[in-house]
Amino acid sequence: MAATLSPKVNLVDLSKADYRGATTTLCQGCGHNSITSQIISACYDLSITPEDIVKFSGIGCSSKAPTYFLSRAFGFNGVHGRMPSLATGALFADTSLTGIGMSGDGDSASIGMGQFKHVMRRNLPLVYIIANNGVYGLTKGQFSATAEEGLNLKGQGQNQYMPIDIVWEAVISHATFVARSFAGDPKQVRELLKAALSHRGIAVLDIISPCVTFNNQDDSHHSYAWGRDHEVALHDLSYVPVAEEIMVDYDDGEAKEVTMHDGSRIMLRKVDKDYDPTDRANILCMLEDANRRQELLTGLIYIDTEQESLFDMYNLPDEALNRLTPDRIRPSRESIDEINALMF
Amino acid sequence: MSTDPSPILTQASPQSVVNNFSITVGTENGSGSQTSNLTLLRAFFKMGIPVSGKNLFPSNIQGLPTWYTIRLSKDGYIARSDTTEIVIAMNAKTFARDLALVEPGGVFFYDDDIKQPIQRKDITVYPMPVKQISVASDAPSNLRSYVANMVYVGVLAQIIQIDVDKICQALEFHFKGKQKPIDLNFNVVKSAMEWAAENLKKSDPFSVAPMDATSEFIMSSGNTAGALGSIYGGIQFAAWYPITPASSLAESLNQYLPKLRKDPKTNKNTFAVVQAEDELAAIGMAIGAGWGGLRSLTSTSGPGISLMSEYAGLAYFAEVPIVVWNVQRMGPSTGLPTRTSQGDINLTYYLGHGDTKHVVLLPGSVNECFEFGWKAFDLAETFQTPVFVLSDLDLGMNQWMTPPFAYPDKPIERGKVLWEEDLDKLEDWGRYLDLDGDGIPYRTVPGNRHQRSGYFTRGTGHDDYANYSEEPDQWVNNMDRLNQKFELARTAVPDAELFPNDGAKIGVIAFGSVDPAVKEAQDLLLSEEIAVDYLRLRALPITAKVREFVRAHERVYVVEMNRDGQMHQILTIEIPDCAMSLISLPQNDGLPLTATWIENAILNKERN
Repeated sequence: MAATLSPKVNLVDLSKADYRGATTTLCQGCGHNSITSQIISACYDLSITPEDIVKFSGIGCSSKAPTYFLSRAFGFNGVHGRMPSLATGALFADTSLTGIGMSGDGDSASIGMGQFKHVMRRNLPLVYIIANNGVYGLTKGQFSATAEEGLNLKGQGQNQYMPIDIVWEAVISHATFVARSFAGDPKQVRELLKAALSHRGIAVLDIISPCVTFNNQDDSHHSYAWGRDHEVALHDLSYVPVAEEIMVDYDDGEAKEVTMHDGSRIMLRKVDKDYDPTDRANILCMLEDANRRQELLTGLIYIDTEQESLFDMYNLPDEALNRLTPDRIRPSRESIDEINALMF
Repeated sequence: MSTDPSPILTQASPQSVVNNFSITVGTENGSGSQTSNLTLLRAFFKMGIPVSGKNLFPSNIQGLPTWYTIRLSKDGYIARSDTTEIVIAMNAKTFARDLALVEPGGVFFYDDDIKQPIQRKDITVYPMPVKQISVASDAPSNLRSYVANMVYVGVLAQIIQIDVDKICQALEFHFKGKQKPIDLNFNVVKSAMEWAAENLKKSDPFSVAPMDATSEFIMSSGNTAGALGSIYGGIQFAAWYPITPASSLAESLNQYLPKLRKDPKTNKNTFAVVQAEDELAAIGMAIGAGWGGLRSLTSTSGPGISLMSEYAGLAYFAEVPIVVWNVQRMGPSTGLPTRTSQGDINLTYYLGHGDTKHVVLLPGSVNECFEFGWKAFDLAETFQTPVFVLSDLDLGMNQWMTPPFAYPDKPIERGKVLWEEDLDKLEDWGRYLDLDGDGIPYRTVPGNRHQRSGYFTRGTGHDDYANYSEEPDQWVNNMDRLNQKFELARTAVPDAELFPNDGAKIGVIAFGSVDPAVKEAQDLLLSEEIAVDYLRLRALPITAKVREFVRAHERVYVVEMNRDGQMHQILTIEIPDCAMSLISLPQNDGLPLTATWIENAILNKERN
């Protein structure tokens, strides 16, 4: 039958192949590859045109990943820990573009901590993914700042320091969308990505993404085994695009609904009665409790759809700044006399 | 520079000194003396007298000694002078030092609240009842210490005959027409004038008289000019982090962009300025924006440049156009952050690890800060590379008389950018593919929706199509192409400017804010019967004209404000066959260079 021969396409007539990138050079089984394929799926499912996405990254295994998805999109692999600044400048050029920043725990929680925090407080519209494996991969196995205290790594000994919690840092820095997920839970990663892509503001996804080569021992907090055994999903999450109806009826109190800036919705089912994803103080208590219980709490942890995004603060034209013609960016000849008159 | 003006009116005796002396005011910083000093500077300027003012200030907010020197020169010399004929002492802590500063035959004004011995007999001394006059003024008590500085403006005005209307004009400008502070300050000036008229007998030879030597000039600072030039250059994005002495450049962008760059139809901003968290982020944002197709700038000083080096290297390698202003201050380290220097030449020229070198523009006047403000964007986008503009604290922060800013005489040059319709016509395109053979590839920018527009920019090795590559040949070819671009830029940067003297066998090369001192030194040396040709560098890499100049002279002195003779080093490397005829004359004490220093340094070499 002819219909089965042509590849499946989405609403913009693209097949999944149109969303792929170069073949990965990361290790087989690397959590980052799983994240990469969920980015491809999410963009395909949402029928995003690849040219509408811009990819950014810093340095490290995670930061190599943007080569492995959406090869038709522009991408910029910057310097270590400084992806957020790069994305900030670039997205001003055309604010209709959607930015995906791909970083790691080495890139964002150490050298990049300053830029990580400041891009939160500016609320740059950017899907900021941190592929978090607790270890430096490209430099062969040193502790990262998210490694748990007491972790033993081959050749490195035991980690003495307390870990940095990406989600905590994001929440207290006024991030407006904060989620944690686990590369071993691809469906949740995908739904969170879809929601993040619809968020107008900074969307942080701290994704535990095991390093199969250097930090995948069963007792490591960033391993597949630990994730499988300790993951506690806050909710069953599904993303409902603008055009779609919600097909399932929920009983009162069974689901929470969050309406995004673009009108799409996030449905959170099986939620704890007390959980309110907009209550910052309560969330910090919840995270602390989860840590104490050694639970890997996943799901949409915090969201604020009201906060102005960076671009809302700048009174920018409707068209892209980078398409303004020279006559619109050079003041008139007459104005120079006024300017000289303003000098003494 | 000699403007050949003639005083319109002179009533003084033959020994009198009219419009040709320097004034130094010693105060405490944070006391409001800057208003008084600028008022004097502007009043002289509006009287038509060539004038310059240098703020010699500490890295502090309140309470440390600070000086302001004003030089009046009927002959149009606006470099700092080594001598000061009139000293105004308002600070007890520096009283003795300030007293010693006065040239024999000079004048010493002092706040009579300072009870310290004055033993010099070779100068005229005028006490000023600063407290008495400021208390008697209608200034509220909390403002009294500020208006106290207006007392010396008034006393000086009376003694050397400053036109009081011009003082009023200067105050009106300073306070942007706000009548209350204008009146408050002007009343103190008038009271002080009246007091001086009644109580002081003029017994010194110094006075000012109106001239017509400044009507063709405006007064501004290099940082204001740089910001305005950038605005006329179509700046669309700036990211910056506060640092002395560069902050006022970005602050001027914030001041003038809303006036000049709102879309007339929609009232929307055609620009964005972000104050970043540090210089690492400032240049990251600027590079993001430059890559995104915006005319993008960051402004900083030496410590910030150090922090920017990694990203600057990436921008060079990945071929991202940005403009970086380095308003230099004295280093290394925190150094003398409020003192001027030209110590970042090597740092800036070679900024980045591996083989990096950059196009560097060297403005020599406030007016040229404006011109290079817009030209820098054209060069950056034409050559798809970072362009640095090296100013300094003296040029950037002080008020200078300068020709009015001229509207750009060239259309905006955006370089080789491909949009959707361009790609439709191009069969083969790669981000780093040299289609024209000039080393400059074509670029696309995000937002281009053509299916072949996207590419992956990286700091890692790449082939012509921006794919990752570790191939030795590809690496070498790419680096060679970058060099080819750089050599082409050599022919496109602002060329050096020659100031010849008949029969000169020796030359001087200098650049930036030392320009007025070199020109004056040329005249001083001529009076010593030494003719010197002067070549003012306006950019790096050096042009053919610079090589020819060096080859055409027996000896060439390279005058610059640093310890190691950094420009001398660069010239020696670039013109190795003339290395022995290039002589380094560096000086680096934090103060703007003077003509007599240059004169003596050259005389010393020539006569030994």
